[in-house]
Order: sequence, then C-alpha cells, then structure tokens
Amino acid sequence: MEDIVIEVRDFRKTYGDFVAVDGISFDVKRGEIFGLLGPNGAGKTSTLESLEGLREPNGGSMRITGIDPTHEPRKLRNIIGVQLQTSGLPESITVDEAMKFFCAYHGVEPRYDLLDRLGLEEKRKAQYHQLSTGQKRRLALGLALAHNPSVLFLDEPTAGLDVATRVELHNIMREQQDEGTSIILATHDMAEAEEMANRIAILLRGKIVTTGTPMEITATGAGLTKVSVRTQGSSLSDPGATFPAVSQHVSKDEYDIYFSTDIGPTVSAIIAHVQARQDTLIDLRVERPSLEDRFLEITTSGDAQ
Amino acid sequence: MSAFINHFSFEFRTGIRNRTLLLMNYLFPLGFYLMMGFIMPAINPLFLDTLIPALVVFAILAATLLGMPDPLVSAREEGIFRSYKINGIPSISILTIPALTTILHLMIVVIIITVTAPFLFDAPLPMNWVNYALTFIAMAVACVGISLLIGVISASTRMTVLWSQLIFIPSMLLGGLMIPYDLLPDVAGKFSQLLPATHAMNAFNGLAMGAADYSPWGAPWGSVIVLTLSGVLAFALAIYMFNWDRHNTTQRGHPIFALLALLPYVAGIFLL
Repeated sequence: MEDIVIEVRDFRKTYGDFVAVDGISFDVKRGEIFGLLGPNGAGKTSTLESLEGLREPNGGSMRITGIDPTHEPRKLRNIIGVQLQTSGLPESITVDEAMKFFCAYHGVEPRYDLLDRLGLEEKRKAQYHQLSTGQKRRLALGLALAHNPSVLFLDEPTAGLDVATRVELHNIMREQQDEGTSIILATHDMAEAEEMANRIAILLRGKIVTTGTPMEITATGAGLTKVSVRTQGSSLSDPGATFPAVSQHVSKDEYDIYFSTDIGPTVSAIIAHVQARQDTLIDLRVERPSLEDRFLEITTSGDAQ
Repeated sequence: MSAFINHFSFEFRTGIRNRTLLLMNYLFPLGFYLMMGFIMPAINPLFLDTLIPALVVFAILAATLLGMPDPLVSAREEGIFRSYKINGIPSISILTIPALTTILHLMIVVIIITVTAPFLFDAPLPMNWVNYALTFIAMAVACVGISLLIGVISASTRMTVLWSQLIFIPSMLLGGLMIPYDLLPDVAGKFSQLLPATHAMNAFNGLAMGAADYSPWGAPWGSVIVLTLSGVLAFALAIYMFNWDRHNTTQRGHPIFALLALLPYVAGIFLL
C-alpha cells in the first residue's frame, strides 16, 4: 500500500460568490515532489494556504499525515515547513536571529549548519533588509527546513535566483526527497517542474485539468512532435516535398520545421526525399513537446477534464 | 518559555535598531524633554512643578501612539504574521511582546527624565515613589492597549496616523501637559476626561507629586483605575480582533467595537 502523506478530497474554497477552488482531489506520497501548476488565479494559492492552515476550506477535506490543517493547527506546525513567496520576516532581524527565533518556537536547536549550506555563512550578522533577493529566498528555505518537516511547501522557490544557487536549491530538494520529505512545489517555471516533480497537477479556474508525471502530461497533448531539418540544397522546397503525418510546416532561419503526429514515418520520408534529390542533410532535430508547450495548450484551450 | 524570551529579546533590540522606533522610543521624547525643560520654565515658572510627570506622559504617548501601531500594520501587510502563524507563533505573543518591550524602553526613558530633571532644570522629584511607579504603569498599560487596538483595526499605515493623532494631539493640548486642567473651559475639561493623558496627570499630581488639590474632580486613584481598566479592555479587544493578514475574510468584530475601550473614560466622567 502506498504511503499517502497529503490527502485532498473534493476541496472547495470560495470568497463570497467567487469560487477559487471547485472540488479538487489529489494525493501526495511520502518522498514525492508534487508540482502544482496553473496560471495566476487558478486556485494554487488558495489550495496551498488551506493546506498550510491559513485558510478554512468551504467544502471537502484535507489531511496531512492524518492531521486536519484547519482544526489541528498546533499539530500541523511541526509537521510542515513553508517557504513563503513574500518576505515573512521583519526588516531588522538578522539571519542568525531569524534561525534562533523560529527554531525556539518549534522547540528545536538552531540549525546554523543549514545557513552555511545555503551560502549564508558570510551574512549571518546581516539584517534581513540588507540581503539580496536570492539570499532572502535561501534564508526562507533554511527556516522552512530547520525543524525537519515531513512536508515542505515551496512557493516559487527559485524565482530570481542565479543558476548556481538554483542548482544548489534543487540538490537540497532532492536530498530532502531522499530523506522521505514530501514536497509540494508551486511554480511558474515549467522547466523546473518538469525536472524536479515526480507528479504534476495543472489547475485552471479552480479545477484540476490534468494530473500525472511530466511524461504522461506531455504525452496526452495534441501529440505534435517538432522535426527541424536543414539541408545543403533546396530539396525540401520542392513542390513534391510532402511527408506523412505532418500537420503543419513552417520555414525559419534556414530550417524547415514539420509538426508531426507520427514521428517515424515523417522522419523516414524526409530522409528518403533528401537522398532521392541528391541533397545533403546538415542537421535534423526531433523535439518532443515540452511541459511548457502542454501547459500553454491546456491553459489557452481551457479544456477541463 | 525560551521562545518567549527569545522573541522578547529580538523585539527589544528592534526598538533600538529600527530608526522609527528609536526616534519614537528615545530621541523624540528625550529631545522634547530637553527643549521643554529649557524653554517652558522661562515662560511659565509653575511648569517646573509638573515638568517630570508632563514629560513622562509625553514620552508614553510618543512611544506608544506614534511608535506601536505602524509596525503592526506593516507586519500584517508584508505577510510577517502569516509566516508567524505558519511557524506556530501565537497571536497573544505578537501583541504582548511589543507591549512589554515598549514599556521596558519607556522605563529607561522615564528613569533618564526623573534622574536628570532635578539637576538640569531644578524640577521637583516625586514625593511618593510607589505611587509614581504605579501611575506610570497604569498610563503605560492604557496607552499600550489603545495603540495595539489602533494597529489591529487600521487597514493601512495612513489610518494609524489618523487614529493615533486623534488621541495624541488632544492629549497634548487638553491633557494637562502644557495647560493646567483648571484653566480649560468646562466643555473642554469634560472632553479631556476621555483622554488617558488627563487621568495620568491627575494621578501623578494627586498621588506622586504631592499636589492633591491639582484636579478639580479629585479621585486620583479613580484615574489609576480608569487607566488600568481601559488598558486591559483595549488589550482584550485587540487580541479578539487580531487579524493575521489582510486577505483574511474571517476577521472578528467590526472596527467600531474598538470604541468599547473608551467605556472606562466615559464612566469616569460620571463617577469620578
């Protein structure tokens, strides 16, 4: 039996007449990174805030390791760690003080080692307002991890970070995952979600429109694979250069780009055509649809499941 | 307990590190004290008799009404309280700790004023030190309570300025700090009894400074009770109406409930 850590059933959240989340259900397993994606206003924040115990659901149920976030907030505090998108710290608090302050309320020893690990060792005496955006985000992650939570909520964790810091944060997330921490990752960065998340749910207008692994989600789209071809001659400009399973063809920067619904016959036919015309193939690239392509496809078409 | 001490220690340091709080806790009250001490006795020699209590009351008004509400509103707007809630920091600590640290800063300022005033300006010292301390605590509790309540009910920092000035300016003009109560017109005198500063001056003069005939309505202990009751009531209302963040749709109580904190002053007009 799978070890379910987060269980959401028919969760609904309204603000007056406005329905922010309309009866969504999902599970997150132990040690899983679960990506929550969606455009602004899709209901991600309401879902996260309700799981964090900041909002009261208007319907359905939520459990984190069996704890009801709304009615058992004290138990919840030591189970979850939250890296907020906004600052969440007083301007004049120093990095060391912040660690000591939050750890004291969680009843654990300050984890100064985490600050060193997150590259904040030189900034431990600096006040919060003196930190850069990246340093603030790293501190927020350090504070979220300090009490060894079973569930970690990360809201845009790498927004505004340089490449090296982003890689380091991803390594930390993987380490946490290996230690059995479940992570809910809310992000607009599709590449990050595709790289880090084991499973993803895409929200649109308060509903989950698709859920699955990144591979499953990209595979369930229109299924168009991009084939970019460059030749020495102009064989692909021939009127007879038509290939099977191609739904669209465009020319751009000396490349002929074909969108294919069945990659095998398309590529075979292109190669055969080029060879038959005594032309030379310089470059041929096959790109499957990315999560970003699928996300845009879903959010622009609005096809709720 | 260690969490409370840790929070208290950080909040106390903030009162010195933060420029606005440093100004309101120390620089403004002590600067005003020096200015008034040098100027006012030359204009009105009788001011010397009330110099210490008047400047103590001013220090309390500045540190509380002008210093406390803004950080509460800003912390709510910037999501600091959300982060506190997620990390299990109770709302009572969020309100109690700034209240206690402000009182501690005030104690330091009051000691500086009380110790230096006789040397610098030849101001008379209190005659009853216990009553002096009790009145200070009652006034501090009253103003801290009101300030917390203003911080809790204000939707923005601009509103805190409005609410705070509604009490601060009349307190300066009518509270007995600059103009003695018996020189005020009747209506203004009655209105002034709605202000904590008036009761504090009544109690300081009647109980601590040896001027029992200072107040026309007497009852200096009544003023101490009014101040204490209003402070406790305002604090209770602030705890009840506390809002973790601006998006919270489950805020308890309409802001107009805050006016209940004035009940002890209204009762004082009729009973004292």
